[in-house]
Amino acid sequence: MTRHMPAAGAAQTATGATPAPPAAARRPPRRRRLTLRGRRQAVGALMAAPAVLLITVFFLVPLGLTFYMSLNQWSLLGAHTWIGLENYTRAFSDQGFRDAFMFTLEYTAVITPILFLIGLGLALLVRRPRRGARFFQSVYFLPVVIGFAASSFLWLYLAQPSVGPLFDIFKALGLADENTNWFANKGSALLVVVASITWKIVGMQMLLLLAGLQSIPVEVEEAARIDGAGRWQTFRYITLPLLRPTLALVLVFSVAGSLLAFDQFFIMTNGGPNNTTITAVYEIYRVSFVQFQLGYGAALSVLLMVVLAAVSAVQLMLLRNTDHN
Amino acid sequence: MASATYADSAPAPAPAKRRRRTPPVMPRAAWWGTSAALAVLFVYPIYVMLQQSLKDPREAAQTPPTHYPHNPSFDNYTGLSNTGDINVFDHIGNSVLVSVGATIATVVLATLGGYAFAKLRFPGSNLVFFATLATFMIPFQAIITPLYIVLKDLGLQNSLLGLGLVYTTFNLPFGLFLMRNSFASVPGTLEEAALMDGCGTVGAMWRVMLPVAVPGLITTALFTFFASWNEFFAALILISDQEQFTLPVTLTLISSGVFGSIDWGLLQAGVALTIVPCIVIYLLLQRYYVGGLLSGALK
Repeated sequence: MTRHMPAAGAAQTATGATPAPPAAARRPPRRRRLTLRGRRQAVGALMAAPAVLLITVFFLVPLGLTFYMSLNQWSLLGAHTWIGLENYTRAFSDQGFRDAFMFTLEYTAVITPILFLIGLGLALLVRRPRRGARFFQSVYFLPVVIGFAASSFLWLYLAQPSVGPLFDIFKALGLADENTNWFANKGSALLVVVASITWKIVGMQMLLLLAGLQSIPVEVEEAARIDGAGRWQTFRYITLPLLRPTLALVLVFSVAGSLLAFDQFFIMTNGGPNNTTITAVYEIYRVSFVQFQLGYGAALSVLLMVVLAAVSAVQLMLLRNTDHN
Repeated sequence: MASATYADSAPAPAPAKRRRRTPPVMPRAAWWGTSAALAVLFVYPIYVMLQQSLKDPREAAQTPPTHYPHNPSFDNYTGLSNTGDINVFDHIGNSVLVSVGATIATVVLATLGGYAFAKLRFPGSNLVFFATLATFMIPFQAIITPLYIVLKDLGLQNSLLGLGLVYTTFNLPFGLFLMRNSFASVPGTLEEAALMDGCGTVGAMWRVMLPVAVPGLITTALFTFFASWNEFFAALILISDQEQFTLPVTLTLISSGVFGSIDWGLLQAGVALTIVPCIVIYLLLQRYYVGGLLSGALK
């Protein structure tokens, strides 16, 4: 039964990806121009085919399968029975998933304003084309190219009780003592993760906001200043409104990223203490690949996709609104 | 305000004059001080990683931690070749294989597809292009469970080839988008001239169009490489055989320790080997990375 699913997908690909070549070949070569056009179309379809094939097999088929699996009880070996919406009703009463979902929202709510404000501060700091600005931009952006896993292992050491250098600094400042363990408490564990992710990702927010700031003509702000607007007024009533499309983009970037958080919690907190730092993706991982309830895991994935789609929809709405202004 | 804008835009003002009109928010010294202090904060974790990896094993375990290696040694790096039952350098090989493979595959497929979508439109090509862009909105984390099943059915589960194909798939939409835009920005007359001069369709692409699209190509390659090199979640799930682990997942083996206690010097040496290639490539090819990021995000 499982065997036929990918095969069906492959058959779809064969018909879906290469419709043009047979059509072009069948067309009688009435005029030279037409034949050339047909040949170009055939070549085009052939050139796009490998990419379309990969996306079909490794994206579209799994996507469809997610919905199908979510309606089944599905074991690791592939045996499955249809149970309709039972996985979904179960999800809504599952305390573990509800906790994970709420924690993900909590994490998103904490980190989004932090990333945004620091990103905006950095962008304003390095925005003017003065000497050194480019250099500092590069430095602040540097951690963005580091992976989440590597940066999490680095911060795991930095914040480690007793041996960690960051912990040592806090101890010297009197903000921690020998008995402190930041990872033993949900609040402080979350703060360590937030600090590490801010370090790693805030350069991205800075860069996007910087691009948005630089697309505002200097003359507009100068005009406001000449008309007697103060620095804060110029920023509040001129710069910020003009920055709205970028703000929407930056917010969606960090919200979508935070909703998908996994690496940092898997590595730094291991979901602890007492499973209090398990995110939605982490819970999907545990359900599917620790408890091997693949059908239920797929149902949770569908719910996650719904939330992400809602975020994308809000983004589009925000962007559309600004287009009209 | 309107009159001020008008007066400002009519004669092109000299830059020096403009600078005098808007004084900087901060005095020069304060700006340098703030920027430099922040730069120290950003670089500090990287410094800690490097200095910790260069301590000898005894000093690396010391509490409180020392701030620089008093007796610098490469013991941690040589030690990576034999940590318990794994040789981390083999896993660097795995990571290179997957990342470079996925990068080459993505660049080739995105170039071919991007060219087709830009210049060799076929019936339904726009529909197919926008369908591939939909992949942007759905992250692979959301379809990891069935992806695991599909790979298993194709016999690609637990293989670097399967992982490489997954990475290729998830980097293709951005690559197709970038390459299509690169090719679309080349005027059609250039291609026509090449065709007139006797180039075939493919010849025109190879000789005339591709050189123009090189920046987009480098950007695609950089993004795919970084994403594949750093990817953790899919690698953790799709590869279960310890010998096939890529570098980020291998770090979990180092951190689980031999006798239950973590060797922090060893772990930071592993982290350094994961991070340093990214930093070096970024510093060399910054222009393409940042440029591509902005064109992808803001368009």
